[in-house]
Amino acid sequence: MVPISWYIGLSITLFTLGVMGILTRRNAIIIFMSLELMFNAANLAFVTFALYYHALSGQIFVFFVMAVAAAEVAVGLALMVAIFRTKGSIDVDQVSSLKG
Amino acid sequence: MTSGQILFIFLAAGAVLAAIGLLFSRNAVYAALFLVVNFVSVAILYLVLGAPFIALAQITVYAGAIMVLFLFVIMLLGAEKLQVGEVYPWQRPLAVVLGMLLFGEVLYLAVFRGGLNIPLPAPEAGYGTPNGVGLELFNHYLLPFEVTSVLLLVALVGAVVLTRSGKIRGRS
Amino acid sequence: MQINLFGLAPWVVFFPLLGLVINLLVGKTLGEKFSGGIASLAVGASFVVSVLLALSLAGDPQMHYVRLGDWITAGPLSVGWVFRVDTLAVTMMLVVSGVGTLIHVYSIGYMHHDVRHNGDPGRYTRFFVYLNLFIAAMMVLVSADNFLMMFVGWEGVGLCSYLLIGFWFEKGADGIGNARAAKKAFIVNRIGDFGLLIALFLIFATFGSLQYDEVFAKVMQISAINSPVIVLITLFMLLAVTGKSAQVPLYVWLPDAMAGPTPVSALIHAATMVTAGVYLVTRSNPLYSAAPAAQAVVAWVGAATALFAATIAVAQADIKKVLAYSTISQLGYMVAAVGMGAYAAGMFHLVTHSFFKALLFLAAGSVILGMEHGEDATQHAAQRRAGKGSKKQQQARAKEQFVQGALVFDAEHDEQFDPQDMWNMGGLRERQPVTFWVYLIGALALAGIFPLSGFFSKDEILGEAFRLQPGIFWVLLVAAFLTAFYIGRQVCLVFLGKPRTEGASRSRENPSVILVPLVILAALAAFGGAINLPGVQSLEHWLEHTIANLEPGQFSLLLAGGALLVAGMGLLVAWAVYGQAPLAKAQPDPLRRALGPLYIALEHKWWVDELYDRIIVRPYKGLAAFLSSGVDMGVIDYLGDALARLTASLADALRRLQTGLVRMYALAFLFGAVVVLAFLAFSR
Repeated sequence: MVPISWYIGLSITLFTLGVMGILTRRNAIIIFMSLELMFNAANLAFVTFALYYHALSGQIFVFFVMAVAAAEVAVGLALMVAIFRTKGSIDVDQVSSLKG
Repeated sequence: MTSGQILFIFLAAGAVLAAIGLLFSRNAVYAALFLVVNFVSVAILYLVLGAPFIALAQITVYAGAIMVLFLFVIMLLGAEKLQVGEVYPWQRPLAVVLGMLLFGEVLYLAVFRGGLNIPLPAPEAGYGTPNGVGLELFNHYLLPFEVTSVLLLVALVGAVVLTRSGKIRGRS
Repeated sequence: MQINLFGLAPWVVFFPLLGLVINLLVGKTLGEKFSGGIASLAVGASFVVSVLLALSLAGDPQMHYVRLGDWITAGPLSVGWVFRVDTLAVTMMLVVSGVGTLIHVYSIGYMHHDVRHNGDPGRYTRFFVYLNLFIAAMMVLVSADNFLMMFVGWEGVGLCSYLLIGFWFEKGADGIGNARAAKKAFIVNRIGDFGLLIALFLIFATFGSLQYDEVFAKVMQISAINSPVIVLITLFMLLAVTGKSAQVPLYVWLPDAMAGPTPVSALIHAATMVTAGVYLVTRSNPLYSAAPAAQAVVAWVGAATALFAATIAVAQADIKKVLAYSTISQLGYMVAAVGMGAYAAGMFHLVTHSFFKALLFLAAGSVILGMEHGEDATQHAAQRRAGKGSKKQQQARAKEQFVQGALVFDAEHDEQFDPQDMWNMGGLRERQPVTFWVYLIGALALAGIFPLSGFFSKDEILGEAFRLQPGIFWVLLVAAFLTAFYIGRQVCLVFLGKPRTEGASRSRENPSVILVPLVILAALAAFGGAINLPGVQSLEHWLEHTIANLEPGQFSLLLAGGALLVAGMGLLVAWAVYGQAPLAKAQPDPLRRALGPLYIALEHKWWVDELYDRIIVRPYKGLAAFLSSGVDMGVIDYLGDALARLTASLADALRRLQTGLVRMYALAFLFGAVVVLAFLAFSR
């Protein structure tokens, strides 16, 4: 039988990889995809514990996460398209007008 | 090593490798495809974990809808090659170091202190089926469900508004 | 019949205060006669109250008090507004309000001319406001029942002195001379006030109270355990006395204070404020009796001052400066007297001196007015001789002269014509006869000629000195000779002979409003000796009710005769030098040849002011400059600026965090998350 710690370990790994993706990549779309990876990792943890505690609410929460993630991706990508139209590039380093 | 563990290792490796591939690929389309592989691996893991509904929802929504959306946008924006040259060269190494630290800490906390070396029980039949999830959802989580639908509507409207071009706005 | 009107006591202060408030509010609009009248009425009312209090005391000479309320109650310190009515206080009240009323009336006429001469008629009312304020403050000083209330009055008269000396603040040498004199008076007095404050602190610390009776009751008991502290208290008080009563070494402000209008010199710097020091010592007589060492110091300070000031007066050219140094010298007599324990003699001389010195000052004011009028007449005559010119030219000239009156006056004051310079006077006996006679009476009283008041008071002091401290006696006797000499010199130079300038020859007598107070004061100066005639000693008996350790005055005919002889010799020598062959303008002072370098020293006041400037004022200014630019600007301001600069540079550095790059912000998030997790992981 697979111990819980393995699943959690996997979740942590995916999460960290997602974090690194956000911090390291300059392409805004790749950053978004890393964000999805992080969501995914969290979902995995939820489902694992849903099984362990025999609480279906874990899976319900994953359901909601997915729905919200979908909404968020839609809006985020729309934003990115709008920025691309203005700046001509999707390099996040170019979006630095808040520089003090 | 039981068959379950072998399956897990196989799937886990797949997921992690796909993630690493996402991290390092220069081509955005390749990155998207790597992410799809990751999602599918995780979906199969969901199946093992007794969440068939979630597993299929993952494939349908995530891999099917969201990734397609990503691919559309990539195609739209040209998936350009970005010029080299960092503004702050020390940022990458520092991010890696902090990431490692984070990984280490959480691993330590969750795995070695959480007391989670217990094997998972096998899912019973009917656990996590659409039937079960549906019952739970509509019995106890009806309000969030409805709110989520409104949220989706908002997202829909927002996406449309944000992507309208200036010319059209000017005329009306 | 017993009159019991002690409850009226606060009105000696309230009437002048009322007068000044009325003048402040409506004085200027209602005109000169009103302002002067109200002010004089206020002081007159104060005098009436003093008389009533005196009559009440006559029937019941014990101390009475009127309590108005609490002032400070803080722990062991309890000070109230309490008016004390006893024989000593009432004596002072009578002098202050009596002489004060006469001077107020005199000022109505004098200031009418003075404000026109200086070109600012609107300032008339201000003068009377200040004068009333002064009377109020002086009354607080003398009627106080505790040291702190007395100190309020002490400070108040110092303030009024400053305000009145600098009345014409934009005039004087370099346009700032009067203001400088006022500042000097205030600052020098401050040094004395410092002494008084230390004394008050010590009194409170030692006796636990500031109320006169409570303190004096404990003196014997405290002096048995801790007599050095009483010596300290009395010596610090002496410092205050040298300041306020112009003794050595803090007398230097009084000659400069002559920059103020003449009524001010008469009232404040001759009759009342300067006597506050003598009053202080007299009031604190139990403390002084318990510290014989301090008493000796007081007496010698007084005697030394008497002689020192008299020497300077011999060589002065300004009519008011002679009187100023004379005041310092006579105050020295009073201080010496109370220092020897002869309080009645000292107070007697205080009263008579206020009569004849006020008289002399006011008469000098009359002389000065006459001289100014003479000078104006001379100028007009010169203009007439030069040709009238068109009416427009005349008007323009007149207007310019009025507006520029002050400047022209000052230029004349310094170079061309100084109406106060005795060498410009002469022969005024014919031109201003009434002034001459009253001046003569005042001069003879000052010299101590029988039967005028000064004779009795001065001889009582000399008698006491001979009996108690012979050394002081001889010093005072020499001073008496000099006193007669310099006042004789002054009378000869001013009134006898022929006028030395055209201005003097055109001077004229002044109107009654000026002369009447002079005559009254002359009568007082002539007959004032009656208050303490030898044998009868009315004042002494009167004061005995208040002062415990009073040295009884003894009149020795031999001594009196000897003193009279000395004074007479002084007058004779003065007559011989100055009166017999009256001097013309260009002739130098005969004393200059006679005394040679000594005369120069006397003329320059023994260079005391220059000495003070060298050793005190300049180093102090240097220190102030150092502290101002070095410490204040250099250190304190620098610290403030440095703090501001530090904040700015900190902000500048922190600003670099705002890169605008999303990834940096995300990195910051991650960093925070790592820290928190580390805390969670490793602290439990």
